[in-house]
Amino acid sequence: MTFDLTSEQQLIRATAREFAETQIRPIAAEIDRDSRFPHETVKRMGELGLMGMVIPERWGGSGAGAQAYVVALEEIARVCASHAVVMSVNNSLYGDPIARFGTDAQRERFLAPVASGHAHGCFALTEPQAGSDATNQATLAVRDGDHYVLNGRKRFITTGREASFALVFCQTDREKGHRGITAFVVEKGTRGFTVGKTEDKLGIRASDTAELVFDDCRIPAQSRIGEEGQGFKIAMTAIDGGRIGIAAQAVGIATGAYERSVAYARERKAFGVIIGEHQMVQWILADMAVAIDGARLLTRKAAALKDAGRPYRTAAAMAKLFAAETAMKVTTDAIQVHGGYGFIREYEVERAFRDAKITQLYEGTSQIQKLVVARHLLRGDHGGA
Amino acid sequence: MKILVTIKQVPDTATQVKIAADGKTIDTTGITWIVSPYDEFAVEEALRIKEKRGQGEVVAVSLGPDRVKEALRSSLAMGCDRAIHLNDAAWSAADTLATAKALAAVIKQEAPQLVLCGRQAIDDDMGAVTAQLAELLGWPCAYWIMEAAIDADGKTVRAARQVEGGLEVFDLPLPAVLAAQKGLNEPRYPTLKGIMGAKKKEIKDVKAADLGIASEPSQLSIVGLEALPPRPAGRIIQGDVPTAVKELVRALREDAKAI
Repeated sequence: MTFDLTSEQQLIRATAREFAETQIRPIAAEIDRDSRFPHETVKRMGELGLMGMVIPERWGGSGAGAQAYVVALEEIARVCASHAVVMSVNNSLYGDPIARFGTDAQRERFLAPVASGHAHGCFALTEPQAGSDATNQATLAVRDGDHYVLNGRKRFITTGREASFALVFCQTDREKGHRGITAFVVEKGTRGFTVGKTEDKLGIRASDTAELVFDDCRIPAQSRIGEEGQGFKIAMTAIDGGRIGIAAQAVGIATGAYERSVAYARERKAFGVIIGEHQMVQWILADMAVAIDGARLLTRKAAALKDAGRPYRTAAAMAKLFAAETAMKVTTDAIQVHGGYGFIREYEVERAFRDAKITQLYEGTSQIQKLVVARHLLRGDHGGA
Repeated sequence: MKILVTIKQVPDTATQVKIAADGKTIDTTGITWIVSPYDEFAVEEALRIKEKRGQGEVVAVSLGPDRVKEALRSSLAMGCDRAIHLNDAAWSAADTLATAKALAAVIKQEAPQLVLCGRQAIDDDMGAVTAQLAELLGWPCAYWIMEAAIDADGKTVRAARQVEGGLEVFDLPLPAVLAAQKGLNEPRYPTLKGIMGAKKKEIKDVKAADLGIASEPSQLSIVGLEALPPRPAGRIIQGDVPTAVKELVRALREDAKAI
């Protein structure tokens, strides 16, 4: 077992870090405050190849693989969690399932522009009454000749407002429950497809979270991804990969807050010494470092299993659970290390704290991750050696 | 047009340099290595010339131990077509002249029309190799280049070098050697496609014997390295503003002799 990155992964990390430090850091606090989608920097991330890292070159991606992806995503999240979630959704939740389940014609049309960063994709599964209970889909798609007609609402869709393409999950056969769910790509501008309310959020404020509304929206049958009834499998496969991305995002958020805490502990004085000399502060920093490293290793392991073509559902759930809990704990403690200053926006650990919370919620809450892990371990799947 | 770029791998600019136990070298433990930033301007300029002309080849060359491969790979990721690594224990203590001789030997073999270098490496700041190289080759040379334009038929380069208060413009017949100054361009980030593609590109290992170079003693020997003296503590002048300003002016004039 080796923990060293390959020379390509090291270069990718260096590129991602330098880009994050020089291009994203100067605007990160401002876009958070103003809830402004950072078009310019996201476009440049596309040009660098960060928006299609797990997509083969043939379909506009950079084919760098899941391990390089988590390394780069962590670097972006270390500076700005909003950029990281846009990158994660584009890669894992939209790009990856179309690369896997789409036909060549669909990959050409729906994937290539997104993987190359020229357009964005979003993933529309959640509904007002279907969050953790994703099987309970109310959006309907009814076949009408060589078209389908879609009706329903999707809620909390990341990049929903900005995306040109939406991967939408609908019920095509209510009788069959989740085996009656089917996936479609709907292009922005299609009649009957509108974007509703954009949410005002606690964290990841620079990424847009919107409602998608389908009102007698007619789409060609060629826009169906996979077979009828295959949608739930497609969604779960996408989310397994997505959880690795969110785990990396959580590790990045935690790392940023941890680094600020260490720097602060070296310069802030209390009782005549730098606070890093106080054992209680040392204790907090040590706990942070151990948890972050653990979360990073679990994340890289899940990514390595994915790259190797081995099962990774349990490993992804473990990584996402541990990384999200770590991000919340580390960012909470980072404010504690900063004392009252940590509560002030200028010190930036406040932003990390607000951004961390979502990692415990989206792409399956921490409770859902435990459910996934427990169900698999009882069947003898312990997450891969 | 074939363009050759010389690059040097140096410690990251953020490195806290420590002197090694021998007192003559730096302790390289834990150092992050990067391509010297001025050399990145040279790489970028070479790539832009190639792109503008729509054809050509950019070859990156570096001298140093195995770790230098990373710097070459990074140049390949930026877009250089291939790389040459001068990697031989005979060069382990190479001074600027020995380095220039090795590079000149490679350049004679490769026969590029243009050689681009950084104006100096940011580690020892010698800034000598480019001039020595040009002298050994008998080629014209210009330092501190802020602009470079090759004429349409590839016979001359018009180079503008930074001088006090302006630019000094030269026409140099090719082949020539140019040393890049900051401001020549804004180096690109390697794209992920570039990085993934770099592993398919060639890095050729070259030994001193391949160039017919015999080992000779360095002309330059390092007697010792000394750390900078610690900066004296700052002084805060107390008191109300009129008194403090008077004291500040007095201190600047009499103690620091700054005004």
